[in-house]
Amino acid sequence: MARALINVPPRAKRGQVIEIKTLISHVMETGFRPSSIGVLLPRDIITEFVCTYDGQEIFRADLYPAISANPFITFHTVATQSGTLTFTWTGDNGFSVTEQAAITVE
Amino acid sequence: MKAKLTIDQSRRALIKGAGALVCGVLLTVRKSEATPASMQAAIRTVFGNAEIGKGKVTLDIPSLVENGNTVPMTVSVESPMTATNYVKSIHVFNEKNPQPNVIGIHLGLRAGKASVATRIRLADSQKVVAIAQMSDGSVWSGQVDVIVTLAACVEGL
Repeated sequence: MARALINVPPRAKRGQVIEIKTLISHVMETGFRPSSIGVLLPRDIITEFVCTYDGQEIFRADLYPAISANPFITFHTVATQSGTLTFTWTGDNGFSVTEQAAITVE
Repeated sequence: MKAKLTIDQSRRALIKGAGALVCGVLLTVRKSEATPASMQAAIRTVFGNAEIGKGKVTLDIPSLVENGNTVPMTVSVESPMTATNYVKSIHVFNEKNPQPNVIGIHLGLRAGKASVATRIRLADSQKVVAIAQMSDGSVWSGQVDVIVTLAACVEGL
């Protein structure tokens, strides 16, 4: 299973804009590179990344082969209430990884 | 004297041959690439016939990139991010990668700040364009020219 790293501040003030950093290990094979025998390697990328905050979608990105290997995405959200952030990466060949992080809002 | 001339001629023939070979290789390598026209087509697919204004969008990429395989990119949009005025989506396009699309970002009311960072691949020195759509439907763009010394995508294993 692919390893994912998520950085969410554990505590935040209500209404504060927080920064969320995510990194997942994935080759992101573009489908444009030839292999050692000269045949193009088939595309194998993550196509979609979604972040939900207590079930409500706050961020979504469509990824293309132009995203580097081990996609690193940083984005922002407003800390509204204590809850769970869910991160889902889906891609080619049935790739799907879901991670969670908790945040306490005071 | 005559012998020297023949050596000179064969040297020239060799250089010409090598030159032709290099050109041939370059042509075959460059076959599949996005062009400014295909980038425009990709932009029109996403935004339709919307009028694209200049400004409000800042694309932060180092202007000289050593390794095209991992290019840090930050895209931010000037917006108060209130309930009535926020950024709906940001799309990034390029001119010379095999595909014109780079990333499509969908934000919403709860983003708080329209600033996203990631790492991208660039196949050549080229222009990168970021286009944002606001909640009122207006579309804004920002662009940057990047020089890439080691290209991504082209090399094999």
